[in-house]
Amino acid sequence: MSNAPAEEITTEEVDLTAANHVIDKYLTLHGNLMPVLQGIQDEYGYVPRPAIDLVADRLNIYPSQIFGVLTFYAQFHLKPRGRFIIRVCVGTACHVQGASRIVETFFDKLHIGHAETTPDLRYTFEKVACLGACGMAPLAMVNDATYGKMTVQKVEEIIADYNQRPMK
Amino acid sequence: MEQVLFRHNKPGRPVTFAEYCAEGGFAALHKALKELSPDDVQRAVIDSGLRGRGGAGFPTGKKWSFVPRDLPGPRYLICNCDEMEPGTYKDRALLEANPYSLVEGMVLAGYAIGVSHAFIFIRRGYELPAANLRHAIAEAKEAGLLGRNILGSGFSMEIDIHLSAGRYICGEETALMNALEGVRANPRAKPPFPAVKGLWGRPTVVNNVETLANVPYIVANGATRFKGLATTPEGSGMKLFCPSGHVRNTVCMELPLGMTLGEIIDGPCGGMLPGKKFKACIPGGASTPYFTADHFNVPMDFDAVAKAGSRLGTGGIVVFDEQTCMVGATLNLTQFFARESCGWCTPCREGLPYVREILTRIEAGGGEPEDIEILREHVHYLNYTFCALAPGAMGPVEGLLQLFEDEIREHITKRRCPFR
Ligand SMILES: Cc1cc2nc3c(=O)[nH]c(=O)nc-3n(C[C@H](O)[C@H](O)[C@H](O)COP(=O)(O)O)c2cc1C
Ligand code: FES
Repeated sequence: MSNAPAEEITTEEVDLTAANHVIDKYLTLHGNLMPVLQGIQDEYGYVPRPAIDLVADRLNIYPSQIFGVLTFYAQFHLKPRGRFIIRVCVGTACHVQGASRIVETFFDKLHIGHAETTPDLRYTFEKVACLGACGMAPLAMVNDATYGKMTVQKVEEIIADYNQRPMK
Repeated sequence: MEQVLFRHNKPGRPVTFAEYCAEGGFAALHKALKELSPDDVQRAVIDSGLRGRGGAGFPTGKKWSFVPRDLPGPRYLICNCDEMEPGTYKDRALLEANPYSLVEGMVLAGYAIGVSHAFIFIRRGYELPAANLRHAIAEAKEAGLLGRNILGSGFSMEIDIHLSAGRYICGEETALMNALEGVRANPRAKPPFPAVKGLWGRPTVVNNVETLANVPYIVANGATRFKGLATTPEGSGMKLFCPSGHVRNTVCMELPLGMTLGEIIDGPCGGMLPGKKFKACIPGGASTPYFTADHFNVPMDFDAVAKAGSRLGTGGIVVFDEQTCMVGATLNLTQFFARESCGWCTPCREGLPYVREILTRIEAGGGEPEDIEILREHVHYLNYTFCALAPGAMGPVEGLLQLFEDEIREHITKRRCPFR
């Protein structure tokens, strides 16, 4: 074994009221694990560890089963994420229209890489494929807003715009 | 040109329920529930020659007929709107313009198969299509076209929307059923086929959005008229094509099956972008082997495209100009598939990253002549994986080896990418 420090295990202080509400809503539904986890992800922006234990307890399944699901699907995250999620498509249609230049420009301007979050929790950056709007390649999204025919200049405009926006 | 799915489209906004009804929408449902038996509807779909628009092109009516007739208990219909294959955006285009033909098609399919509970499995990121569908489902219910005792016929059906948690493999029909059940979306062994043992172990039919949305036209206008829409005798109906890459018009278009590739690119696609020359294209979404200008006279229909060595797939045509590095494009596709492997079977989980490493090496100028043979072996052996993801992933690699071996060799001998 290496002598690197073991990954830090923190016990988070999380208010579970919202998670309990989500579970209440789906408690009797057949196949409710997915909607429950999706609801919690939406409420908190990630799935906090105490919420996993709560779901395991209330739905009577093992935490390992829940982890199996959480680590499989792209929607779920185990750590807090940025207020603004920037996704740049690197699918083939976007690739041949210069997606890599768009990705690199975001890297440069935000000083973060793929799947990373800025320390102030303002931005999370992700390379994804495909966003299903290949006719507007190269494509980027910030939260639910889509930006087609991306250029280096548009990257700068987007960052300037979102730098101004409130953190909620 | 007659349009089937795009007939009701309004510029810049979705068609409204009132407009859809006024233009003949839901007439097929009225007709079926008043005059036709479930068998009649199924027969019409079989006769129409409708084939699945989700990629595999399986005859739709035949698939429905596999559902056991007199097994007691529930059976399910699932509409597959996962649409995550790079280069494909047709289901989004359809649902952003008109969610009603899908709802009507699902009720007709449900009637034909005897389903009382149907699902729409929709990928994340498709917020507008999902919102349109929620709206359409509520309106249809309100009008007695969905829900209990539809149009007083005694037939009842509900449609639920399920938002995917996001993974390409969820589009594979058996993985999709696991996703709906709330577990990891690994594919299931076939047989038993979903039509016999699917969602919650019950008979289940999975169809693509575009497939189901064609059903109202077939029921309203008859199988012969639908068949006749194609330009080839073997073909039947229209197809949504979604071009992207280096052509002028990159919007989703509904065209007769059987138009040649050249006709599509020079006609509705408006030709190449100014100053660009055609080199190759992906003819039907990320998992299909490339076509070149030598294939311009191939009719874009299931059988003709298969005969020419590729697949019609989803109709996602990605066009590459002469400056495009085909090794780089293939690497890009392989990165996608390697990342999206669900990890369930070893050849796919280990094989796809291996192919990705070889292509990365060649693209970076470190490839060796033996690499070509290694790639060829993988194209062969990765056909024997648990599900169709890895064989699909090998589509573009196979195309690269067959049509662009010279370009691979040039990378290897020059020890760099000649396009940079
Ligand atoms: C890896 C993989 C991904 C798939 N993704 C989709 C998809 O997003 N949408 C779809 O309709 N079919 C998809 N399919 C095909 C489905 O398994 C299935 O054949 C199809 O939904 C059947 O509908 P159809 O007969 O109407 O085409 C995929 C298949 C594989 C192997
Ligand atoms: S490839 Fe980027 S949106 Fe499809």
